[in-house]
Amino acid sequence: MSLDMPKFSDLDALYDEENAKVATEMYEDPDLFAEEMEKVFKRTWVFVAHESEFPDKGSFKLSNVGLEPVIVVRDRKGKIHCMVNRCRHRAATVCEVKKGKTASFQCPYHGWGYALDGSLRALPYPEQYGDDFDKAQHGLLKLRTEAYNGMVFATFNDDIEPLVDFLGPEVCRYIDLFMKQGGGFPVKVLGEHQFTVPMNWKVQLENTTDAYHFPVVHKSFMQTLDGATNEMFDFLDKGKGWVEDLGNGHSVMMMIPELEDLEANLDAPIPERFSALAQELRDEGYPDDQVRRIVRAVGGAGFNLNLFPNVSFSLAFFRVLTPVSVERTDIRHMALGMDGGPAAANQMRLRLHEHFQGPMGFGSPDDAEVWERVQRGTKGGEQLPILVNRGMVDEEPGTAGPRGHISAETGMRAAYKMWKRMMA
Amino acid sequence: MTEMSKIDTNALLMDVTRFLWHEADLLDACAYDEWLDLWTEDGLYIMPMGAGEDYANQLNLCYDNAKMRRDRIGRFQAGFSISSAPPAVTVRTISRIVIDKTEGDLIAVRAAEHLIEDKFGRQRTWAGNAYYELKAVDGGFKLHRKVVKLLNSDGMLNSFSYLF
Ligand code: FES
Ligand SMILES: [Fe+2]
Repeated sequence: MSLDMPKFSDLDALYDEENAKVATEMYEDPDLFAEEMEKVFKRTWVFVAHESEFPDKGSFKLSNVGLEPVIVVRDRKGKIHCMVNRCRHRAATVCEVKKGKTASFQCPYHGWGYALDGSLRALPYPEQYGDDFDKAQHGLLKLRTEAYNGMVFATFNDDIEPLVDFLGPEVCRYIDLFMKQGGGFPVKVLGEHQFTVPMNWKVQLENTTDAYHFPVVHKSFMQTLDGATNEMFDFLDKGKGWVEDLGNGHSVMMMIPELEDLEANLDAPIPERFSALAQELRDEGYPDDQVRRIVRAVGGAGFNLNLFPNVSFSLAFFRVLTPVSVERTDIRHMALGMDGGPAAANQMRLRLHEHFQGPMGFGSPDDAEVWERVQRGTKGGEQLPILVNRGMVDEEPGTAGPRGHISAETGMRAAYKMWKRMMA
Repeated sequence: MTEMSKIDTNALLMDVTRFLWHEADLLDACAYDEWLDLWTEDGLYIMPMGAGEDYANQLNLCYDNAKMRRDRIGRFQAGFSISSAPPAVTVRTISRIVIDKTEGDLIAVRAAEHLIEDKFGRQRTWAGNAYYELKAVDGGFKLHRKVVKLLNSDGMLNSFSYLF
């Protein structure tokens, strides 16, 4: 590589699409990371929050778009805004409360006050700025913000296509299917586990549609399940599922096709692990068809959906990644429940979530450990490539892109293809 | 069991302290079978998040009844959970022990807990408030409820391959 050439002009060397090989630098190079923050995270739709996290007029939630801290807020009319958490005077954050309700945002340093839509409302002693100071030019920096089925995305890119077009019809269809786990109630975020892992963000991006690791990394989780549930999670052996490239870097991993549509097969027998819950709901007076619908929804959808670049829908939760530095990524695992649904059903959802997810779960710590090991391992053998070629041998055309075996690395190839397109 | 109010409180504090230090010692030594024996069958081990107290209806880090405790220990001991084989090494200190109240055979105790873990050549420090409900049994105590509230429990954590 010559010194006067931009270092990353050779994208083929970083991701060799034909052989599906990823260069070690992809996880390690701080300059590449800086470029990704500009070319990927500032130019595409990035997931920031679920609508249930700030349900009322005036409620807000802190989030991130790439490295930039943002506030997602609902104004007095219920319209959603996303803006950079930085005062236009001398850059202090205007909000440090993670989540809450307010009438406005007041900067704590010199008292500039901003409305819920980010516009500068008032500042103390304005005279010293002269008559031509234009408040309209000094609102909080706003991002384009759009939502699909409760999922709120924001972008710094004013020229990007509308959110629904970026997602595409197949992704929207899967999102709609995923939300059926509300069991007839709106899906609500019940809480979130947050943990940080010393790894590059792409190590996590690769993971949510990686079924290959499941029986190895999650063996100890599987051992705590009852027979029928264990059988259900044995999706690799049964081999009925698939992974599909859904375009624009998105992918789906269909693990349990019987649970693709939670409103289908409502007559199927209620699995053993839900029988006590079903009885409890019947005792509370829920009619049988509603009991079946709720109970079937409690276990979550049968698939994972990975949206480029930072959010996945996984069985019964959302997984959000926030890049922090080339070797550090924050992860949020958001637990979902039924807004207004029966307490017993939501309690079961919470306990199921705690069982696998979060710092004390039976799954996440093992995931976090292997992710960290990837990062540690890349310190050695710099010249060796990372392989994401599994399953290329018998990939077939799917609805939106190639479709591979359930354990294929089709989802990773989808993501890297998009990565390359955006980095060009 | 003698009525608690009649017991000399200093002696009780000493007995409780000895019990909590024993529990801490077992956890640092990964002597999990003995740790399980410390519990009442209907005991709950909870690590909540945030300020709420309605643990059943909110998201926690863990909410373990007897089965979950046994499964968790089984996972630690089976040797193929990658995060717990090998586990982080821990040293913990239980301090500032206060007996809040005694009622029948139940004793409400709280304490400060500091834990240092060592793994992959790095050390991390955790601090929390631990709330215990001890049940007085023949010649000793059982854990009936243990609630550990980590500082920053709803902030950014990492994965834990041990108990608090
Ligand atoms: S920095 Fe915000 S008012 Fe001065
Ligand atoms: Fe995993």
